Amino acid sequence: MDFNFTEEQDMVRDGLSRMVREQYDWETRRKAIESEAGWSPEIWSQLAELGILGMPFSEDVGGFGGGAMDAMVVMEEFGKGLVIEPFVPTVVCAGGFLKHGGSDAQKQEHISAIIGGERVFAFAYAEPKGRYNYADLQTTAKKDGGGYTLNGHKAVVIGAPWASHLIVTARTSGERRDQDGVSVFIVEKATDGVVTRDYETVDGRRASEVYFENVSIPSDALIGEEGAALPLIEQVADEAIAAQCAEACGAMKVAHSMTVEYSRQRKQFGVPIGSFQVLQHRMVDMYTAYETSLSLTYLATLKLDAPERERKRHVSAAKVGVGQAARLIGQEAVQIHGGNGVTDEYAIGHYFKRLTIFESEFGNVDHHMKRHISLA
Amino acid sequence: MNLDFTPEEQAFRDEVRAFIAENHPKHLEGMGNREDMSSEDMTAWHKILGKKGWSAPAWPVEYGGTGWTPTQRYIWSEENARVGTFMPLPFGVSMVGPVIYTFGNDEQKAKHLPGILSGDVWWCQGYSEPGAGSDLASLKTTAVRATDSEGDHYIINGQKTWTTLAQHADWGFFLCRTDPDAAKPQEGISFILIDMKSPGVEVKPIKLLDGGYEVNETWLTDVRVPVENLVGAENQGWTYAKFLLAHERSGIAGVARSKRGVEKLREIAANETIDGDPLIDDFDFARKVSQLEIDLTALEITELRTLANEQAGKGPGPESSILKIKGTEIQQRLTELTLEAVGNYGTPYYGSIAKDTGSNEYPIGPDYAAHSASTYFNMRKTSIYGGSNEIQRNIISKMILGL
Ligand SMILES: Cc1cc2nc3c(=O)[nH]c(=O)nc-3n(C[C@H](O)[C@H](O)[C@H](O)COP(=O)(O)OP(=O)(O)OC[C@H]3O[C@@H](n4cnc5c(N)ncnc54)[C@H](O)[C@@H]3O)c2cc1C
Repeated sequence: MDFNFTEEQDMVRDGLSRMVREQYDWETRRKAIESEAGWSPEIWSQLAELGILGMPFSEDVGGFGGGAMDAMVVMEEFGKGLVIEPFVPTVVCAGGFLKHGGSDAQKQEHISAIIGGERVFAFAYAEPKGRYNYADLQTTAKKDGGGYTLNGHKAVVIGAPWASHLIVTARTSGERRDQDGVSVFIVEKATDGVVTRDYETVDGRRASEVYFENVSIPSDALIGEEGAALPLIEQVADEAIAAQCAEACGAMKVAHSMTVEYSRQRKQFGVPIGSFQVLQHRMVDMYTAYETSLSLTYLATLKLDAPERERKRHVSAAKVGVGQAARLIGQEAVQIHGGNGVTDEYAIGHYFKRLTIFESEFGNVDHHMKRHISLA
Repeated sequence: MNLDFTPEEQAFRDEVRAFIAENHPKHLEGMGNREDMSSEDMTAWHKILGKKGWSAPAWPVEYGGTGWTPTQRYIWSEENARVGTFMPLPFGVSMVGPVIYTFGNDEQKAKHLPGILSGDVWWCQGYSEPGAGSDLASLKTTAVRATDSEGDHYIINGQKTWTTLAQHADWGFFLCRTDPDAAKPQEGISFILIDMKSPGVEVKPIKLLDGGYEVNETWLTDVRVPVENLVGAENQGWTYAKFLLAHERSGIAGVARSKRGVEKLREIAANETIDGDPLIDDFDFARKVSQLEIDLTALEITELRTLANEQAGKGPGPESSILKIKGTEIQQRLTELTLEAVGNYGTPYYGSIAKDTGSNEYPIGPDYAAHSASTYFNMRKTSIYGGSNEIQRNIISKMILGL
């Protein structure tokens, strides 16, 4: 048993941590969020230059030969700084689909562009009535001559306003919610008939409602086998969940230490509020929740390549545990900050908001509790 | 013991229900989100009630109260919650009004009570300071007595903060230190009414985490206030403030509104689906809704017991802290469950959508999802303000348990 990180992982962590601290300070982040584009393409280029976007890809496709553990290290650091840039949709999701299901031609076409930072993806899987079921699809892709015609509406597609390409799940056969008949496509956003309505999200990112109106896509847009993509989707989503759990751990760590620090500084009744035992115990509970979350996240990340059932159970366990911790830590951090905790000015509220939205992404606590039970 | 309404009470319910149906502005129905409301919207119902004589049911009749029993008042809030009216803000009717009619002099009563009742005068509460939150008695804003050709004045200096809706306020009630040398910090504080248009009063908005502006910093720089604006005796302000805090707490439970909230939540969950079935039929979710309902019922009956005690001339005492804790926890849990219910559509920031496009061509999620996250974020305030829930627990352990 070995809980140590490799030398390289430590180096990446140090480098990223410095970068986030020095170049992703609060004002810079705020400016990026409030800008027209809503993110920082410069930071994205820098991440490409640092090799971060290429970390989890193998060397034969131009990557650095890392894996999920490396993505975890990256995401933890991103979580600490509440980095909004679309690493998960682009590198983890699109990258994951290409790695596990892409043809050689698709890998060639997209992976080096991802690693270089030139191509940004969004993962369009959720639908207005589908909640967290990846097979509950009303979007359809109909065989049409040499290609497919895509119709449907994807909900809350994170990062879509920044993306040049979308990964789209659609039904090629069968009934809504059938396990079979689900396919995945790569769609250029600029294709005729792709209509988006863009907006901000409450946690500082951007998203779109994406409508496909008789969109013609070529047959080589299909990733993997037609109608058999559900296991692939679940695998990639599990990888995204593990990455986001790491992000949440980073955010919880900072939210917790900010709170402890605040309780040292803030005086009421002539003493630091951190001297009140009721608050001490609650900060201890937050700390415990963070530490156990980290454990579940490590385990889930290590099990991403395990047999399907084992992988799913561990990922769902992490999402349940980290999701619960995210709510506890977010709420308590705000509470202990008093009035300052509910202001826009104090960073703590922004951590709380990110942790809140994290809870529901790729399935909330109830959803993953059910999945855990179903695999018992 | 009997918890049913008498025929008279049923008749009363029909009467107020009819009044609300006829008089409450339709466009304000269900408006709970202050951000979306203009200041006129926020006082519209108050002004209508003022004309009817129903804006301050809890006040003694001689000052403009309705003389309703606690049960009638309960019916009144139930009926308002059914429609989702925007009730009179607490600062005038529930806070400064009772202080003025209890501790103020005749001139003050004559000058201020009519505007509070009618809703024409907007009040704000100037207690908290950057350094004085839970430890309110440590407040530093000073009021120094000065006499000159224009008469006796206080010169007030200091900074208040978290002043709710002060941007609209005509008047504020402030706690200021009048005796810096008093033996105990609680002893040198006075309760002073300040015209918010006085020179030297400056109100600066604070943006909250949901993007809204409902609180402010209030800066007071050499503000001249006639001594007539002192309520009660100088240096006795703490007594009045404590009296008022107990009043503030009992109104804070928000039972009727939460009951309406649970109904709304059930409607949302009936509309949302999980694997094709209504979310409300999902055991995990239904269980949480029932738990909430059970807790709310427990709170409701507890509040009614408190009100009955009050009618018997006891209270509101420290038991009102129970109402504050439980009431706010329930309000918060309601917003948590609503956010859970709407799934992915909790993520959009609806504030940005209205601002940027205004287009209705492609709706972003169902109407009921709009603001669900913002409301959840915003409601975290309820366990912080009005005496934080930690402070309420301290009160119960000290005053009731005697620890
Ligand atoms: C939205 C909003 C509206 C408000 N409106 C008004 C208004 O209109 N007028 C007004 O005057 N004020 C208003 N307030 C201020 C409110 O009353 C204070 O925020 C509150 O008293 C807490 O003070 P604080 O924010 O300074 O937190 P602090 O007192 O610094 O408390 C920080 C944390 O420490 C805890 N704590 C403090 N002391 C103890 C203790 N002895 N034991 C255990 N825990 C403790 C608190 O519970 C809290 O969790 C408002 C606040 C908010 C958030």
